[in-house]
Amino acid sequence: MPLLQISEPGKSAAPHQHNLAAGIDLGTTNSLVASIRSGIAETFPDIEGHHLLPSIVHYSEMAITKVRDDEIIVGNAAKSFANQDPLNTIASVKRLLGRGLKDIKTLGTRLPYEFVENEGQGMPMIRTVAGLKSPVQVSADILKVLKKRAEKTLGGELTGVVITVPAYFDDAQRQATKDAATLADLNVLRLLNEPTAAAVAYGLDKGASGIHAIYDLGGGTFDISILRLHHGVFEVMATAGDSALGGDDIDRVIAQWIMQQAHIANDAEHHQIRELLDVARTAKETLSTQNTAPLNIKLDNGIQWQGELTHSQFHELIDPLIQKTISPCRRALRDARLTVADINEVVMVGGTTRMPRVREKVGDFFQRPPHIDIDPDKVVAIGAAIQADILAGNKPDDDMLLLDVIPLSLGIETMGGLVEKIIPRNTTIPVAKTQEFTTFKDGQTAMAIHVVQGEREIVLDCRSLARFELRGIPPMVAASARIRVTFQVDADGLLSVSATEETTGVHSEITVKPSYGLQDTDIERMLRDSLEHVQKDVATRTLREQQVEADRVINALRAALKADGHHLLKHHEFLEISAALDELLRVKEGNHVQAIKRAIEHLDEITQSYAQRRMDTAIHHAMTGHRIDEFTQEN
Amino acid sequence: MALTLTEKAAKHIQKSLTNRGKGIGLRLGVKTSGCSGMAYIMEFADEAGEHDQIFESQGVKILVDPKSLAYIDGTELDYVREGLNEGFKFSNPNVKDSCGCGESFNV
Repeated sequence: MPLLQISEPGKSAAPHQHNLAAGIDLGTTNSLVASIRSGIAETFPDIEGHHLLPSIVHYSEMAITKVRDDEIIVGNAAKSFANQDPLNTIASVKRLLGRGLKDIKTLGTRLPYEFVENEGQGMPMIRTVAGLKSPVQVSADILKVLKKRAEKTLGGELTGVVITVPAYFDDAQRQATKDAATLADLNVLRLLNEPTAAAVAYGLDKGASGIHAIYDLGGGTFDISILRLHHGVFEVMATAGDSALGGDDIDRVIAQWIMQQAHIANDAEHHQIRELLDVARTAKETLSTQNTAPLNIKLDNGIQWQGELTHSQFHELIDPLIQKTISPCRRALRDARLTVADINEVVMVGGTTRMPRVREKVGDFFQRPPHIDIDPDKVVAIGAAIQADILAGNKPDDDMLLLDVIPLSLGIETMGGLVEKIIPRNTTIPVAKTQEFTTFKDGQTAMAIHVVQGEREIVLDCRSLARFELRGIPPMVAASARIRVTFQVDADGLLSVSATEETTGVHSEITVKPSYGLQDTDIERMLRDSLEHVQKDVATRTLREQQVEADRVINALRAALKADGHHLLKHHEFLEISAALDELLRVKEGNHVQAIKRAIEHLDEITQSYAQRRMDTAIHHAMTGHRIDEFTQEN
Repeated sequence: MALTLTEKAAKHIQKSLTNRGKGIGLRLGVKTSGCSGMAYIMEFADEAGEHDQIFESQGVKILVDPKSLAYIDGTELDYVREGLNEGFKFSNPNVKDSCGCGESFNV
């Protein structure tokens, strides 16, 4: 007989009908699975009692010959292979998820894997003895272990899961996470931002209202989120962060320091570097409680070194990294239009926040001691489990509305290579926004829609997400076609864009697919650039706008002159207008905004009477052959 | 007529109720469904129904509607661990047979 759990009133499942749901924190360093049993949210340990599953996968030759998944070793058991067989032992794969080979190369020589470009898809593959493995496959292998653990613990099959992702994951990275879940045969109820999940865990347990900052420093990512809890509703006011900063980096700077001290060359073998990283991690953990950490290095190439890392030396090494988390905190506050004084509480998430130095520095910045009530390693998984329970329908009416935001603005390219932002950064999702665009030239029958992501004013400085074309626009005079462009972002942060020409209903749309490796740039850098380049961007935008306006005037005037210029204009008028037109053409190529503006104004002035005559002629044409009452009947 | 809890079961129910922050006790019952007739209901109780019978065992209130009581009278509720899985187990003297999976039963 199966074991039963206590349900909410009226929510008892019928026999053979299960609503088992779990929350999964798929982390860079460690992953966890949690669920609700008899009203209690908890993470599940493995048979040995470990809650954290190290996000490490070891592939052996056995994995080729045997079909069984358990020949793929995941977690602690895989960890022991990390030193002896680093090329086949994949760690921190989350950093590679949804990234292109070019992006991965910029992560530098830190990654001891052999990458192979996958023809066509652009998705990098890792060469292992068990064959080529994509980061999606490696992630799926981690998810499979968590799925099995949850199903054994709950005594039944999972109907759905909520998987958490860093708030800064872009579309490609979110899609890759979903792909991994599909590969692991999991039904994703929703992807949830990690800091939001942490807030869910705290919000439900405490029920407090106020404005809180969630500081999440994990193994490989940093996120800061400003959340408002109000009447049981979480609203994410702002998010910022760094998608490549975490405890791994702290280990790395310590390891590099050891290499300097012990005179170990930079080109040390993969497994030696890994051994040094282990020593570094142990030292870091020791220094949370002790004043000094002893270091004993004994490499297999005979190098031996003994030393110690003191508190002050340790702080000197890691303070710059901790400092790197403070500027995103400032930015998030600014985005939320808040000051430090507005923050009621600070919540710590992620194993790295166990370091006293991190707590101290964060406390200094926010001017209050941070909260550490819930285990910072488990809090995200617990929040995800609570959300999964609600989505699976196990909760009664007091369902919680959860608002999330998009991390970077989404927009389209307009004339002159400018970006028109359709959905600004930090808009709550799900969201749909529509904006009307028009044709630029007479008789234009197609329009290219270029979807971009970023904060800069110029297309080239933003990330290109997708391109598609709307064809079949009926030929019309410039600016008379009406094209509605709709941007829709679903609850998972995935974007679809559609364009419709109003009069004919011609329609075209695209769902933004993972553009692995396409101009991928670090979001952190994109945001920083947008701040640094504000003035230049505004100047460029003004210039481009004037140039586009000049083009419009030139096109319209040329069309008019061709149609009736010789007919309606006296010879000297024609010459004067032509000269002014040439002048505008000349200054338009330069970068003098005022000169272009003056030339447009001048041209406008001297064509006033010409425009008047054209109008009269048009009216004359229109009225010829009609009686005057035909025009007055209408009212 | 009686319904009893083992100490372990009572402890776990208390913990769940405290964690939930509200509720007066545990509602037990049966409903007709499944491949072998009936299935157990185990829910948090926020209020007592007009005809509910209320038992108390190990300091925990157990609420049962009179129709259900006939099928589960004498049941002892335990909390057990089987491998990774843990949960509540019914020892119901009225059960004649249960379906293969054990999720529903007959009296």
